[in-house]
Parts: sequence; C-alpha cells; structure tokens
Amino acid sequence: MPMNDKAPRTHAVDMNALGRGRARLRLADEQLALEVKNLDLYYGEKQALKGVNMVIPRNRVTAFIGPSGCGKSTLLRCFNRMNDLVEICRVEGEILLDGNNIYAKGGNVVELRRRVGMVFQKPNPFPKSIYENVAYGLRLQGKRDRRLMDETVERALRGSALWDEVKDRLHDSALGLSGGQQQRLVIARAIAVEPEVLLLDEPASALDPISTLKLEELIYELKDRYTIVIVTHNMQQAARVSDYTAFMYIGQLVEYADTDTLFTNPQKKQTEDYITGRYG
Amino acid sequence: MAWAKHGKFNTWVGTGAPWVWLSAGAVSISLVMVFGLLALIAVKGMSYFWPHDVVEMDYREAGAVTQLIGEIHGSEEVSAERLRSAGMTLPSHEHMVTRYLLKMGNRDLGGGDFRSIIEPEVAARRYPEALVAVERREWGNLYGYLRAVKENGVVVAEGEAAWDELQRRLERVQDLVAQIRRIEKGEIGGINYKLERLRLDERGLELKGRLDAAARADLESERAIQQQRYEGLQQQSSDLYQQLRRDTYTVEVADGQQRDFPLAKVVQIYRPNAMSVLDKTQYYFAKLWEFVSDEPREANTEGGIFPAIFGTVMMVIIMSVFVTPFGVVAAVYLREYARQGPLTRLIRIAVNNLAGVPSIVYGVFGLGFFVYFLGGNLDQLFYPEALPSPTFGTPGILWASLTLAILTLPVVIVATEEGLARVPRSVREGSLALGATKAETLWRVVLPMASPALMTGLILAVARAAGEVAPLMLVGVVKLAPSLPLDGDAPFLHLDRKFMHLGFHIFDVGFQSPNVEAARPLVYATAFLLVVVILVLNLAAVAIRNRLREKYRTLES
Repeated sequence: MPMNDKAPRTHAVDMNALGRGRARLRLADEQLALEVKNLDLYYGEKQALKGVNMVIPRNRVTAFIGPSGCGKSTLLRCFNRMNDLVEICRVEGEILLDGNNIYAKGGNVVELRRRVGMVFQKPNPFPKSIYENVAYGLRLQGKRDRRLMDETVERALRGSALWDEVKDRLHDSALGLSGGQQQRLVIARAIAVEPEVLLLDEPASALDPISTLKLEELIYELKDRYTIVIVTHNMQQAARVSDYTAFMYIGQLVEYADTDTLFTNPQKKQTEDYITGRYG
Repeated sequence: MAWAKHGKFNTWVGTGAPWVWLSAGAVSISLVMVFGLLALIAVKGMSYFWPHDVVEMDYREAGAVTQLIGEIHGSEEVSAERLRSAGMTLPSHEHMVTRYLLKMGNRDLGGGDFRSIIEPEVAARRYPEALVAVERREWGNLYGYLRAVKENGVVVAEGEAAWDELQRRLERVQDLVAQIRRIEKGEIGGINYKLERLRLDERGLELKGRLDAAARADLESERAIQQQRYEGLQQQSSDLYQQLRRDTYTVEVADGQQRDFPLAKVVQIYRPNAMSVLDKTQYYFAKLWEFVSDEPREANTEGGIFPAIFGTVMMVIIMSVFVTPFGVVAAVYLREYARQGPLTRLIRIAVNNLAGVPSIVYGVFGLGFFVYFLGGNLDQLFYPEALPSPTFGTPGILWASLTLAILTLPVVIVATEEGLARVPRSVREGSLALGATKAETLWRVVLPMASPALMTGLILAVARAAGEVAPLMLVGVVKLAPSLPLDGDAPFLHLDRKFMHLGFHIFDVGFQSPNVEAARPLVYATAFLLVVVILVLNLAAVAIRNRLREKYRTLES
C-alpha cells in the first residue's frame, strides 16, 4: 500500500484487478435484514458509538472497515447483543431485525442469538469432538433425534467446506484441527442452527494466507443463504468479499455505500484518506 | 591478587549461580528428608513381619542360672555406671554393656511380655530347631518345646510325631473357628440386626398409635421365626465350640515345666529356627496379608488393620462426595455470578482463612453442630422409636466426613475458582453467541474445562483429610468398631456407624496400648500403610485429573 503523502490520488485497491465484474448494486433496491436507528453506545462515561444509522441488506455481504478502535466491532456486537456481557455498557437507540427492535424490553436474547450467529477473531472451538461442536447449538435447543442431528452436522460441515477434510474423524477432538479448519468449524457450528444473519468479527486475522483464501471463498458461497456482516482490518479483503462497505471513524459511520463506489469513488475526505493509506 | 579474586567472586554471584546451587540444595535436603522418613517407616514397620529366630539362653541372675526363651527385639549400648547405680553387679572392667530386649511371650505364665537382659550375664546361647513359637488368639505368643498332643486329655502323639499331628489338628481347628465366626458374625449378627429393626418397628408403630393386635401378631410371628433361627444357630455354634475344645497340646516352657494349652486358641504354630529363607519369606507375606486384610486382636496389638483401612478410605470418599458439589457451587457463584466488590473480597478472605483454622476447632464445631444439633434433630424427626439411644445424634462416619468436608472446602473453592478464571473468554462467548444461556454455558463448556483444576483441589483435600486425626476423635472415630460402615445388612451403607481410622489407630496403638513394646513396630507399619493409602488415593485422583486435562486442554498458547 503506498504510504506517500504526496502521491497522486490513487486507490489502495484496484477493483478491476480483483476481477469482480459484477452488476452495479444499489442499497435502495435491497431487501433489509437489519436496520440501525440512532444507535448510541456508552462504555461507562465514554461514548463508543455516536448516532449510527444504517441498513444491512439481506443475502449480501456487508463489510465494516476503519482504523482500530473506531467502533466497528462494537457495532457488530450490537447485532446479537454480545455487548450485554459488558457490565458498564449502555445502549440507546434501536436495531430492527425484521422490523422488531432487538433492544425492546422483554426481548429474548437467546432467541436473537440463535437467529444472529457470530464468528470471532480467534477460532474458539469447544474442547469437544468435531461432531459435538457442530451439534452444540442443536443440543441447546433440546434436539435429540440422532438421524436429524447427523444430517444437520453433515450439512453444516459441507456448508462450511470442511466436510471432506473431517468426515473420517468426526469424533476426534476439534482442538486437533488447524487454525483455518477450526475457523471453518466455528462457522459450521454457527450455521448448524440456521441463523438469518452471520456476524464475522475479523474472522481471518489469525489465519495464514491460504486459509484466508478458503475462508473468503466460503463467505462468497454463504451469502446465498445468509446475510453476512464482516468486520475486517484488511481493505483488500473487504473489497474482495463484500457487496457493501461501511467506513467508520471514532464511533461514527462516515460513509456507507456499495463496495465498488466506496473504494473507487469515495465521497468523504476521511474515507479517501483511509482507503488510500494515508492513515490506519 | 585479592582484588582479582574478589572480582571473580562478584562475577560468580552476578551469574546467579549461587542461587541455583542454593535452590538445588534446598530441594535435595527436602527430598532426602522425605524419602528418609518414608524409608525409616517402611523398614521399621515392614521388618516386623519377618519371623525372628527364637533363642534359648542361660542367664545368670541373682547368683543362679535360669533358662530364658524368647526373641531378641532390639539392643542398645548402656553405660555400666548407670546399671551399677541401678543396683546391678557388673565386672569392674566393663564400661559399656549391651542390653537386649527379649520378647519372652508366655504372658499367661509369668508377668510381662518383655524383659531386659545384659550381655555379660548371658552364659550360653542356643538356637535349637525344635523350639516352637505359637501365635495365639489370647495372651500373646508362646515359646517352648512341643512335647505332646492330646485329645480329650489322652495323649495321641508324642515327640517328633507331635509336630505333624499338631499341624493336622490345627487345620481342623481353623476350619471350626472359621465356621463359628461365620455363624456368630455373619448369621447371628444379621439376626440381631433384624431383631433390633423389629423392636424399632414396634416402637415406631406404638408411637404413631397404630400398634393394633394384627400388627403386634405380625411382629410377634416374625420375631418368633428369627428367634427360632437364632436358637438353631446358637445350638450349632455351641456344638462347634464343644468340638473345638477337644484338643490340647503340651509345651515345655523355659523353666522346664510342662503345661497344657488349648489348641482352639492357636492362630499358627511354627519353628522359626528350622525355617529356610524361603519358608520365612512365605511366612512374611502371609503375615503381611493378614495385617492388611484381617481384623485387629488383643486391643489392636495383634492381627490386622483392615477395618481402619476401610474406614479411612470410606470416610475420604464420602467427604469427596460432599465437598465437591459444595465447593464447585460456591466457586461458581463467587466467580461467575456474584457482583465483584468489597463483599466478595471479604468472602474470599474468609474462605482462605478457613483453611488456616486448627483442625480440632472443626472437630468441636462438628460435635456441636452436626452431632448434637443436626443429629439430635434428625433423631427427633425420623428415629423417635430408637430414643433415648441416639441414631444420628452420636458421632459417626457421616458426621466425620461432613466435618472434614468443611475443613477441606476452602481448598476446593480456591482451586475451582482459579480453574474458572482460566477458561478463556472467547470460548464462553462462542457458546453464548450460539444462543446458550449463562447457566448452559457454565454447565456444558466452562465447568468441564475447569474440571482439572477442581481435581487438583480435590487431591489437596484428600491428602489433607486422610491424614487428619484430631477432629475425628470428636466426631466418629473409635478404637474398635464392631462392624464396618458398609455390610450385607440392608440398607448396606450405615452412615450412622462409628468407624476406625488409620491415623487414630496409630495414636491408639502407640500411646493407649497396654503393651507398648509389642505395639511399637505396628505403629510404624500402620504409619507406612497410612502413607500408602494416601498415596494410592492421590494417584487415583491424579490419574483422573490428567485424563481430564488431556480432554479439556485449552487453546491458549
């Protein structure tokens, strides 16, 4: 990435080189999966998200980019209320999932998290067998039927492109898998419960390049069935996998557009500086 | 030069080498002490079972020569001066004399088991092969020459033939003894237990006002059946006793007189001086097996210590059953649910300090709270028919286990808390993100991952509990328990019973025994066995922990 301040206006990511060649997307044409309305989030006294308004389109990949500490992970974790686990965290505003505010009083967090799955930065398989990892969500729902369970596990593992690698050792410990396999296992675990939305929090940051490539291919396949929101530090990755990209800066949503537009023709100075590598 | 040396020394200190040496030295000293102690206990305790040679000696005493027979159990050097001042006459050229401790046996014939003899007065020593040692159920060992075997007072074998005849008849006697034991301990014991239950049932019905004629008749007929069985068995056993009394054997003891002794009381009879090393080894292992598998005899100074081993292990297991869930629940609450603040900090300090309270204090607490308060109330509520004799309102294995559970609770709580703290956040979040509640996450993911730490806590708890004696003396341990806390009478597990414990056994045999000299090797042997039992319990727990560790090793690098 060119870091020279005096460089002419060039783009960090050459969209044509990525060979995407896809149809022009417009947010206005999309069906909505999630809607964020005036979202403020505070950690104690400190405000981490400031008046965020955005929509997440259904069956698309939406990427959040921005420098460290800009609040992109925090925003992501609002979608399945993982921020509830932080005691000093307070949320104001609304997030609508299919038109219902997930922060409404009496909302069912367990049900929400079943509908909105999440994959974390570091692979975090449970110290159980591969099979049990994938079956975990089903067991939580009290499902016992063995045949159904076998089918679901296989479907989820096929869905995360891991089946061929692990089908002979389903009952071995998941901790014996490589990092990339573990991350795909965690995705299988998430999609086994058939969520509507899949949140990926820097899923490739702990992986080697080849595993990262496999993961990106997987994301591309998964968007047919799931709405995917991905947080990434890697702009090339955002450009490669996402349909829409949001640029965030110090708790604010600076710019949000389809990926081609955001990377080739940013409207805001901050966005342009960031994607041309002037900081971050 | 001096400066250079000084500089060298400083460099040496600077490299940190002295500290390595110091630490290594400290570790070596600790290891030497631990293994030295174990070796001492093992050697002193385990050598007890090796058959000693029996010596016959002519001993000058008060101007006359007497004949002594016995086993030499130890020797020491004593200054002649001291003995002279105690009124002994010794040749003037002697400065140090060897004093032996001779086990004379024959307690039923003359006074004590042991006596001291001094080397200069021993005129002659012999190890005749014909000398026999008789291990008896009463009165300790008997040493002397076997002269005859008698049946109903009539001699049936004499001289050399007597030995073989005796061995033959001894087998019969042991068979009879085993039969009597089975009847008395097993069947009559069972009947007594049933009769006692019937009495309690009757009393229970009476208290509830439901003891009508029909119930009374039922109980009465049941009682009649048991009584009849009892009488039958009683008859059987008295017949057996009759047969048992048939044989006697004649032994010529040290001073030349011949005496008859009942064969019924003999455990075994052997000729140590005639035994080969192989025979002795065989004898040794037989004795060792008897020691770990048999019940004690003669005020715990003879026989085995099986009930004590059983009691110790049982108590530790019951304690673990109680302390594990309580410790885990407390740790989970403190670490996972309680709001971290001054109050939880205070609770933690209190828990840690509990571990430092002297154990006898727990004993007093156990006696006051568990035995008198809880036990007393349980008796009032559930066992009114047995009152005024208490069921649970008296020390017993349940209360001992509970007292030790409280004593070891802090260790388990602290270890489990540390284990919970080490479970990575990412794994918890992974579970929560799949729609698990906090409780489900704890139960399915966090607790299994913390289980190796829990086992570590349990290992420490077991190690401490198995060796504890002081509190147990207040809440359930006795010198001699008539029956085990686990047996064939329903409901099989008798938590209200008193029990024996290796630690207390050591104390009892070592300090409360009527025959301290005879018991001393047993103290070592019991101590060694206690160490072995704790070691085995610990190794079992360590094995389980290692399996869990392998299964739930975390991803953290």
